[in-house]
Amino acid sequence: MSVNVYIPTPFRHLVGNRANVRATGVTVRDIIDDLDRQYPGFRAQLVDSSGRRARHINIYVNQVEIENLADEATELHEGDEVAVIPALAGGAPTVLTPEMVERYSRHIIMPQVGSAGQRKIIESRVLIIGAGGLGSPVALYLALAGVGTIGIVDFDVVDRSNLQRQILHQTDDIGKPKVQSARETLLAHNPNIEVVTHETPITSDNAMEIISQYDIVVNGADNFATRYLVNDACYLLKKPLVDGSILMFDGQATTYLPGKGCYRCLYPAPPPPGMVPSCAEAGVLGAMCATIGSIQATEVLKLILEIGEPLVNRLLLYDALTLEFRIVKIRRDPNCPLCGDNPTIHELIDYEAFCGAPIPHAAAPFGG
Amino acid sequence: MTSTATPTVSVRLTAVLQKLTGGQKTIEASGRTVAEVFDDIEARYPGFKAQVYGPDGKPHRFVNIYLNDEDIRYTGGIDTALKPGDVLDILPALAGGQ
Repeated sequence: MSVNVYIPTPFRHLVGNRANVRATGVTVRDIIDDLDRQYPGFRAQLVDSSGRRARHINIYVNQVEIENLADEATELHEGDEVAVIPALAGGAPTVLTPEMVERYSRHIIMPQVGSAGQRKIIESRVLIIGAGGLGSPVALYLALAGVGTIGIVDFDVVDRSNLQRQILHQTDDIGKPKVQSARETLLAHNPNIEVVTHETPITSDNAMEIISQYDIVVNGADNFATRYLVNDACYLLKKPLVDGSILMFDGQATTYLPGKGCYRCLYPAPPPPGMVPSCAEAGVLGAMCATIGSIQATEVLKLILEIGEPLVNRLLLYDALTLEFRIVKIRRDPNCPLCGDNPTIHELIDYEAFCGAPIPHAAAPFGG
Repeated sequence: MTSTATPTVSVRLTAVLQKLTGGQKTIEASGRTVAEVFDDIEARYPGFKAQVYGPDGKPHRFVNIYLNDEDIRYTGGIDTALKPGDVLDILPALAGGQ
């Protein structure tokens, strides 16, 4: 039996940096043995000192954890998909260490959070699109809050012009991949968390695979093609999307829950290229990033904790010049091609064609 | 006289559109409908409609227009009737995050 095995980022160096490999066997155990033959050292990544599968490693067959099947004796069938996913909690209940109790005491003391809520935060997995102006404060506050797994997608390297607003990066980081700089900053602030770096542009080819590994997605993209792509992937995977955008002195933020409207309901079509300037073209007040990014981080924590009223069906508008916040209504559009009553989009499309502009990639850096 | 009955409304603009109005964030304009208000603004700030309308003569689909915080797509579009003191917001999509 030959099956496809999804390999998470931390283990890809073992398999030639591939996300998916083929393996042969009748059971999950056979598959792991086969992978260890093909890629010596593979099994060692999955086991603890006693030789048993480490508790922070979950293995899924067709998205069902094998502990709920027949564990490593689970039999496979042609076309099955196996995924090896390292998790912070690993199926075992999260224990708050004394260090964590002290670190998170200002959370735990609030009845709306408590130790149960803090454990939810620690067990959560949040993906941040872009380690830039918005991604920086979002990632930093989520790391400080103890979000157990923070994924960051960015292909760019730190440029001097980023430092006016992107608080994950410092002068010494110029020239370094942003995901690397981000990871170092976040772990320096909170070594308890795991930072998963996706050093790649997010595209129609990898968006579903990357986003499926997380519970909540935060959008800090700098272009329309990526915004539509992330919106569509989140809807198709039923993931909450916390959206934010900034330009000059204006900011916008909202939260999309699957089935309650999406970015396409708000903006059915992108502007023609050049019609709406980017931050690189028009500028942005650096401190605006923290205002909108902090709102996005707040929304993520509320969703994890299941408290309060998320910014759903509401678009928050921030005008830094008048220092006014306003909220306008947004609705699910029954005619939306993605989430409407008769959808026509059932899978990811060509977003570069849709927007008439390329998704920025490493060979042609965009904005920043 | 209909002209005396033509409502005057406030129109709020984002920073990108303010370059057309000499930096003014809020402008007063007159019209019985959203479309008439936009005609009035165009007369005083030429180029305004090119920012808001597409080649089909309808508002761009990346530009949202709110009348008292409600999207006019759900109230009758640019033919939505206005009354004195109404507030219109013109909000183009922003992509910036970096």
